[in-house]
Amino acid sequence: MSTDLSTDSFSSAVADSLDGPAWLRERRHAAAEDAAQMAFPSTDSEEWRYSRIGDLDLEQFEMIPAPDADAAHTTSEIPLAVTEFIQELGQLGGSVLVYNGRIVSTQLSDELLQQGVVFGAVPEDATPKGAAEVLGAVMHEAPDLFGAYNDAFGADPVVLDVPRNLVIDLPLAVVFYVDVADSITFPRLSVRGGENSQFSFIEASLSADVPAVVAPVTEVVVGNAARVSHSALQDVGPQVWQVGTFLAEVGQDATLDAALAAIGGSYARLRMDCRLVGRGASGNLSSAYFGDDHQMLDLRTFQEHQAADTTSKLLFKGAVADNSHSVYTGLIRIKPDARGSNAYQTNRNLKLSDTAWAESVPNLEIENNDVHCSHASTVGPVDEEQRFYVESRGVPSLVAERLIVAGFFDEVLDHFAVPALASVARDRVNKILDSHVGALLTSDSALLADASNESA
Amino acid sequence: MSELVISDLRATVDGKDILKGVTLTVRSGEVHAVMGPNGSGKSTLSNVLMGKPGYVVTGGAVTLDGVDLLAMATWERAQAGLYLAMQYPVEVPGISVKDVLAEAYAASDRDRQLVPSLMATEANLIGFEREFLDRPLNVDLSGGEKKRNETVQMAVLGPKIAILDELDSGLDVDALRAVSRRIELATTEGFSGGERLGVLAITHYNRLLEELHPDVVHIFANGQILESGGPEIATRLEETGYAAWVEEEEQTAPTAAARPVVDDPFFSDGLL
Repeated sequence: MSTDLSTDSFSSAVADSLDGPAWLRERRHAAAEDAAQMAFPSTDSEEWRYSRIGDLDLEQFEMIPAPDADAAHTTSEIPLAVTEFIQELGQLGGSVLVYNGRIVSTQLSDELLQQGVVFGAVPEDATPKGAAEVLGAVMHEAPDLFGAYNDAFGADPVVLDVPRNLVIDLPLAVVFYVDVADSITFPRLSVRGGENSQFSFIEASLSADVPAVVAPVTEVVVGNAARVSHSALQDVGPQVWQVGTFLAEVGQDATLDAALAAIGGSYARLRMDCRLVGRGASGNLSSAYFGDDHQMLDLRTFQEHQAADTTSKLLFKGAVADNSHSVYTGLIRIKPDARGSNAYQTNRNLKLSDTAWAESVPNLEIENNDVHCSHASTVGPVDEEQRFYVESRGVPSLVAERLIVAGFFDEVLDHFAVPALASVARDRVNKILDSHVGALLTSDSALLADASNESA
Repeated sequence: MSELVISDLRATVDGKDILKGVTLTVRSGEVHAVMGPNGSGKSTLSNVLMGKPGYVVTGGAVTLDGVDLLAMATWERAQAGLYLAMQYPVEVPGISVKDVLAEAYAASDRDRQLVPSLMATEANLIGFEREFLDRPLNVDLSGGEKKRNETVQMAVLGPKIAILDELDSGLDVDALRAVSRRIELATTEGFSGGERLGVLAITHYNRLLEELHPDVVHIFANGQILESGGPEIATRLEETGYAAWVEEEEQTAPTAAARPVVDDPFFSDGLL
């Protein structure tokens, strides 16, 4: 821990020490002062209930100093894990890599550049209606201390601004990667889809196996009649704490599809707010999450219908193995003006061991009667009837369980707008499943070995 | 020659005696029909033979070619050569029939690459749409399609002994005929030139027997076989109903592993 900051690691002086355009530095300073007035979250509040937030001591973690200007990162320094991941995604329209909190690579096709797409670091000038105003366009007010810290201490926010009427075929990707032990970083991605635009972007949060805290904020403005797809993978290392926020505002007749695969982390939380602000807006939220070992995955969703004739569909499917925990709480909020709205919320959880634990808490808050809402939530082991059926065909017990769990997630993974990311997520799910099949090998070992050889 | 020998089999569900001493032998090439009223324990018999959780064997023995089936896990019984075509095949989202059969092949050292073409051939034989083969297991299939799916899987797996639990329900006349022809062929020629199939057909109605021509008919009620004989018994049953064997209306046997709604993680609600 650095001595000069030990009295207050998260002060406005620290925010002021970060570089960037003047407008950004002012913004950080104000946010740091706001944050100083905010309390550390407590499990006493509903939004943090069941969480492990009380175990997190932020004083154990330090912000990563800016790299020496002379020794700026070069492409050759980008960790192999990141370049390999990018390759798995296939062809991209552009990519931004954020390594230990700093943008180290920005790529955008010439065509998209000419068409006016802004992708990468925030611009120097805070021009009105320009890309600079994308930052904070949805998170006017941080929902918690970590969001406020992100505004105050985010070293290198990433902006994606897509002009109106532009249709982008290839996905754009942002990868955040951390490998500094005992560090805390504040990844920020601010996206604006102009009116009637259409595009899809990938967000990946990865890390080396180091103890660290990441507190990301992703905000998305979906302009009127725009179609924006977000595909996210959270696969940070097993010692990482993630406390994240996702916020979206969807305009008139616009559609947001957001799909998240949450796999990594010691404690990994994401709060997702989807606000349907324009008439006829749609928001589809999907997630596949899979915990093992002593992990805790913590997901909080808010489907907020502010305008009439809006539709939200949520499908979150999770599995917990070993001693892992998962928490899902979801709120459908129908505002008084949101007549004719449809809201659906489904959360299914598979409990793969007796010591695993899954919490599922759906909630409705309805202030207009002319709406259709439904929610469903289940927690249970692998269905015995399904297992019996598959085994009755001659499939060994563990292989049957593996098939059923993989099949359980299939429905959600199909919702990923970027098939390559779905297949990466599928591979990682299978890897966890394989490790469990391996750990449980008993009398089935010979047969399973044959099965895996056959499939190789 | 294979032989499924059931001797004095007794079983309970939720502590209630359902099978009260069943003795029956099925050999390769033979077709046995077990007929009984609803609630007589017929389906319990098929579930106990396959090792379904929730059924407790309290006595007796079951062997397939001398090997103790009751000591085996469900999948091992299947690998030993037993097949159960289920009365109500379960929907399993996200897994195709192909995946399941390929894993079953792999587990018995058979070449999983053979599965797709075998499935296609078998599907054609009984008029099962090939597009269903890539779909998730039983999801959105009609009752008749599920039964044809059960038949295709049986033919691909090529068991020694098949238990058909109410296979006729849900099948229309043409489909029933096609499925019956397939099974009959297996009882005379075996699957892929293997041993002739032995069949234990459990049914409530006569229509399957008109197509399948059993060698032996067993009247089953109150957890026991009351009488066994040739096809003429089925004819007698057609005339008199079960009244000739059973005096009173029987109570419905409880179903094992009744599923509470919260245990169904795949309820999909038509959502998304």
